[in-house]
Amino acid sequence: MATIQPIAENEQHPDVALVERVRAGDVSAYDELVRKYDRQVFRIAQHITQNREDAEDVMQDAFLKAYEKLDQFQGNSKFYTWLVRIAVNESLMRLRKRRTGKMVSIDEDVATDDGSVPRDLADWAPDPEQNYTQSELQKILEKTIKGLPPGFRVVFELRDVQGLSTEDTAEALGLSVPAVKSRLLRARLQLRERLSRYFKRKSTRSAANSTASDGRKG
Amino acid sequence: MTCTEFLALLDDMIDDSATAMRADLQEHLRTCDHCEVTLNTTRKTIQIYRSHQLYEMPSSLRDRLHAAIMARCKKGC
Ligand SMILES: [Zn+2]
Repeated sequence: MATIQPIAENEQHPDVALVERVRAGDVSAYDELVRKYDRQVFRIAQHITQNREDAEDVMQDAFLKAYEKLDQFQGNSKFYTWLVRIAVNESLMRLRKRRTGKMVSIDEDVATDDGSVPRDLADWAPDPEQNYTQSELQKILEKTIKGLPPGFRVVFELRDVQGLSTEDTAEALGLSVPAVKSRLLRARLQLRERLSRYFKRKSTRSAANSTASDGRKG
Repeated sequence: MTCTEFLALLDDMIDDSATAMRADLQEHLRTCDHCEVTLNTTRKTIQIYRSHQLYEMPSSLRDRLHAAIMARCKKGC
């Protein structure tokens, strides 16, 4: 049974002071919260909607909604967790609008074992990303993560990219802790599997060939 | 320990250094190339996604939001 762990009592998150200032009428404190989190919120919206315009709107709407509902914000969750929850709901609403009739929810569990059992077991080159230009790499990373279900992408983004705890991720997404853990594991393994295609060490024969043909431009 | 059991615990190992790892897991890693590759390349996967942020936000978006908040604020804050 999943429980959300309580936040340590004597530990005050720096956002608490900012939220207090906004409540007291200091709108510049809200700008600080926006600058701190707008990129992260934008990314979450992109991961869910896969649409740039929608992501822009979601980012705006989420912050505006949070501003208006700030009085309802209870100090027992973190501001960012609360904000993400609003952004996720906004994102899902956009998705529903676009795909009418098709139910979209973050906790629809996707029965896919694709890539969850590692098949490609070839080791990767030492610094595999260096075999690609920045823009090639960016495309590979985007294409790869797009292949995952939205509920996996957003768990991976929150836990592994943004560094939220499992408990905060669960709270932000309205999922149980075990659900977050199982999605994270599958997301990681699927991404790994898909990236192997680009990053695996070349076979010994072709490695020997490339050493032999020394005239390659670096 | 089987590979499946090992992989089920991948979550706890990702951020652990080799020394912090449970003895039975370390033992499996020493004897299983497959799991060693899986662990290392999964770590690398996370590291690559962490260091190459996707979806750059247009900077005009922040200004737009600021203006929208100010408009609401004037109405009553
Ligand atoms: Zn193994």
